[in-house]
Amino acid sequence: MKLIVIGHGMVGHKLLESLVEAGAHDYDITVVGEEPRPAYDRVHLSEFFSGKSAAELSLVPEGFFDRDNLLLRLNARVVHIDRLAKTVTDSTGEVLAYDKLVLATGSAPFVPPIPGNDRADCLVYRTIEDLEAMQACGMRASIGTVLGGGLLGLECAKALRDLGLETHVVEFAPSLMAVQVDAAGGQMLRGRIEDLGVAVHTGKNTQQIVAGEHTTHRMLFTDGTHLDTDMIVFSAGIRPRDELARACGLAIGPRGGIVVDDTCRTSDPDIFAIGECALAGGRIYGLVAPGYEMARTVAAALQGRPATFAGADTSTKLKLLGVDVASLGDAHGQTEGSRAYQYTDERRQVYKKLVVSGCGKYLLGGVMVGEAAEYGTLLQMMLNRIELPPSPEFLILPQADGTARPGLGVEALPDSAQICSCNNVTKGDLCTAVAAGATTIGALKSCTRAGTSCGGCVPLATQLMKAEMQKQGMAVNNHLCEHFAYSRQELYHLVRVEGIRSFAELLQRHGHGLGCDICKPATASILASCWNDFVLQPEHASVQDTNDYFLGNIQKDGTYSVVPRMPGGEVTPEGLIAVGQVARKYGLYTKITGGQRVDLFGARVDQLPSIWEELIAAGFETGHAYGKSLRTVKSCVGSTWCRYGVGDSAGLAVELEHRYKGLRAPHKLKFGVSGCTRECAEAQGKDIGIIATERGWNLYVCGNGGMKPRHAELFASDLDQATLLRYIDRFLMFYVRTADRLQRTSTWRENLEGGLDYLKAVIIDDKLGIGAELETEMQHVIESYACEWQRAVSDPAVRRRFRHFVNSEAADTHVMFVESRGQIRPATPAERMQAAGMTSIKAA
Amino acid sequence: MTSHLHWTPVCAMDEIIPDTGVCALVNGQQVAIFHVAGRDGQLFAIDNYDPHAGAAVLSRGLVGNLGERTVVASPIYKHHFDLETGACLEMPEHAVRVFPVRAAEGKVWVSA
Repeated sequence: MKLIVIGHGMVGHKLLESLVEAGAHDYDITVVGEEPRPAYDRVHLSEFFSGKSAAELSLVPEGFFDRDNLLLRLNARVVHIDRLAKTVTDSTGEVLAYDKLVLATGSAPFVPPIPGNDRADCLVYRTIEDLEAMQACGMRASIGTVLGGGLLGLECAKALRDLGLETHVVEFAPSLMAVQVDAAGGQMLRGRIEDLGVAVHTGKNTQQIVAGEHTTHRMLFTDGTHLDTDMIVFSAGIRPRDELARACGLAIGPRGGIVVDDTCRTSDPDIFAIGECALAGGRIYGLVAPGYEMARTVAAALQGRPATFAGADTSTKLKLLGVDVASLGDAHGQTEGSRAYQYTDERRQVYKKLVVSGCGKYLLGGVMVGEAAEYGTLLQMMLNRIELPPSPEFLILPQADGTARPGLGVEALPDSAQICSCNNVTKGDLCTAVAAGATTIGALKSCTRAGTSCGGCVPLATQLMKAEMQKQGMAVNNHLCEHFAYSRQELYHLVRVEGIRSFAELLQRHGHGLGCDICKPATASILASCWNDFVLQPEHASVQDTNDYFLGNIQKDGTYSVVPRMPGGEVTPEGLIAVGQVARKYGLYTKITGGQRVDLFGARVDQLPSIWEELIAAGFETGHAYGKSLRTVKSCVGSTWCRYGVGDSAGLAVELEHRYKGLRAPHKLKFGVSGCTRECAEAQGKDIGIIATERGWNLYVCGNGGMKPRHAELFASDLDQATLLRYIDRFLMFYVRTADRLQRTSTWRENLEGGLDYLKAVIIDDKLGIGAELETEMQHVIESYACEWQRAVSDPAVRRRFRHFVNSEAADTHVMFVESRGQIRPATPAERMQAAGMTSIKAA
Repeated sequence: MTSHLHWTPVCAMDEIIPDTGVCALVNGQQVAIFHVAGRDGQLFAIDNYDPHAGAAVLSRGLVGNLGERTVVASPIYKHHFDLETGACLEMPEHAVRVFPVRAAEGKVWVSA
């Protein structure tokens, strides 16, 4: 069956995702989009101006369209639908046949009919091309004004602010966000926004736009006032793109929009309409979640499964210009007999309102400005008609004793309760995932996809996960091991705050028993992160894992590998020769590592000190390949040599590696620095990734390779070196402080409540006020650095430990090598047996 | 067939850092000897060869307790060996031999 989808926006793409997920092999699908690019996240458009590229906003994973039955045509606007012949014609003249057709044409920005609205530098805010126009205009402008103070208008205002313009918002209604937020909330929102330096003009009806005296434009209002500005962006509403439907005779609503029934079918049974172009139950939904619901409904219908779209809740929680705003259900209290509770705190600029049914038992709606932590709870109460407590005002009043408000008893929620609306995940789905072993937020996100889009449901999903774990008898405990009733984070805190300097002291004060191979190395790492003592001091020696004890990576046969540090992957010819000579002298196997340095294998424990002595004499120091520490800073050669490089990546890599070598952390750390966007150092797969641009360094964080690779995320852009180092110092120390044992930055980031926004707030905005502290702690680590091998070879007591036998100079007889590809390797058990057999034959 | 123990001195007591192990060569046998401070400085001795990992490394493992058992975790795969009985907690078929060991005259003596 041939399926054509007109429009490849967010909702159109969700339809494709739903079909692909369900198999849908019986459809040949062609998607026709008028834009030059595939579906991208229009909700987060403003991030384009805070560093996210158009490619990063894409919603389409690589390879999505590699399927045989799925074809995407871009830059091709459908211009005509012939319902009798069942064909569509696009702007290139191509005619395509369909059995079923889905209209996902979305909407267009409404530009009010104001004389002058077609002047140059009057723009709209919807597509990436619009953003590029804004960016170009922004370079010539000082003042930017958005006409429209609704949800999208305020998003646009943020974009103007990120462009560095003096920003104004002009709104026709008496208050901002008049659809979702009541007058009092709108006032509070206005106050908060004005405090951020954005000027707000409400109750303004723009009559005309003319040339300005010193600015590009002058906006003339009906009340006689005016506003001078260089750029105007219209964000005064959206109009559904129903022109194709009108032209081919489908039923259209009185004020536009393609009429659909509860299965999202239009007046033609073979044609569906979803998203902002559709009029369902008399409503056009301007939010993405209802659009997704419609997409899922049509996907089901196309596969013959019964599904209806019964309308959608338009409750929403978002951050506008950094202000939390939430709107639930009947926010304006229009339901007959409803009553409201309101709480206003003018000092903290917080406003909360509950709209309650006449009988007082049910929540009908609400508004929150400035603080919206209770949103998840209130939404579930409203959607599931859970009876309110006798004094519902306490749901929004602050707790007198400063403790967190008790959450909704999640037991009260039915299994069908939709917890994550972006990805349609119910309570039942989450409980099933927990039973199948998802007992961290990271695991829950990857099995169910809950919390992976807007992230708003994460607090409630976490609560649910813990409740379910307790119900199923799983211990919700993050004790390190049987010896300490604390998590790693708690132990770290105790060590720092009480100045504990040894495992013995920690065990005596806060633990019991002898310790074990879990808590000893974890403690050793914490002590090293805090105090950076020499790890082989007697009081620390007994708690080091073998790698840290012998300062090498133990291999399967009990020998060790030797890795001298080559910062940034740079080494002189003399250095290479020295390493080669050492390898040859001791008969070691040599290999280049992924971290751009040389690894030497086959060193017996008693050979290690002499090997290192020679390497140290040649100017090398330990590469910490054995530690939960900084391994390498991978680099490309960068602007010094490369014709494409725009930054000295090699130089920065060398500097970073020297700065952070020796830092002990919950797990190993790997950095990368690329000199341009070609990214030859693969920095986006690293814990810290840095890419040079013409305007400075872009910093990416929390990428990991390993069993479950994760791409790093853009953290901050256009940084100068000093700021870059400051952020990295803080980031690393915060990770060291708060992560779990053996938790890599990717998992740590996935499990951080508040996610990347929280991390940015802590590191960049210093929300917890610990920035200076973290920097000082890092400075101590940097200043107290000393090469451990240097210390080990020069301290006779330490050197003595590097023997296989305490009472003999003999070597370990179990170590046996054979030749392979011109070098050595450990003998396999079969090879050993063969050799043993021959020996006994010889002996006989 | 020996009915008495033949003791060999292998090192001074203070050559073993408390809560760590060393390996001694005794009659051609590799013996891992541990000095466990938390068990009143008691000495333990087991075979140095980890049969599961196939490497002579047990003396380099981390010492501790799991419940009632005093154990060493092999450095290769962290299997736990009971220092009193030689039992391997994860895989009973990989139990190791235990050796008599004692401290006298400031030295460590092993019978192997």
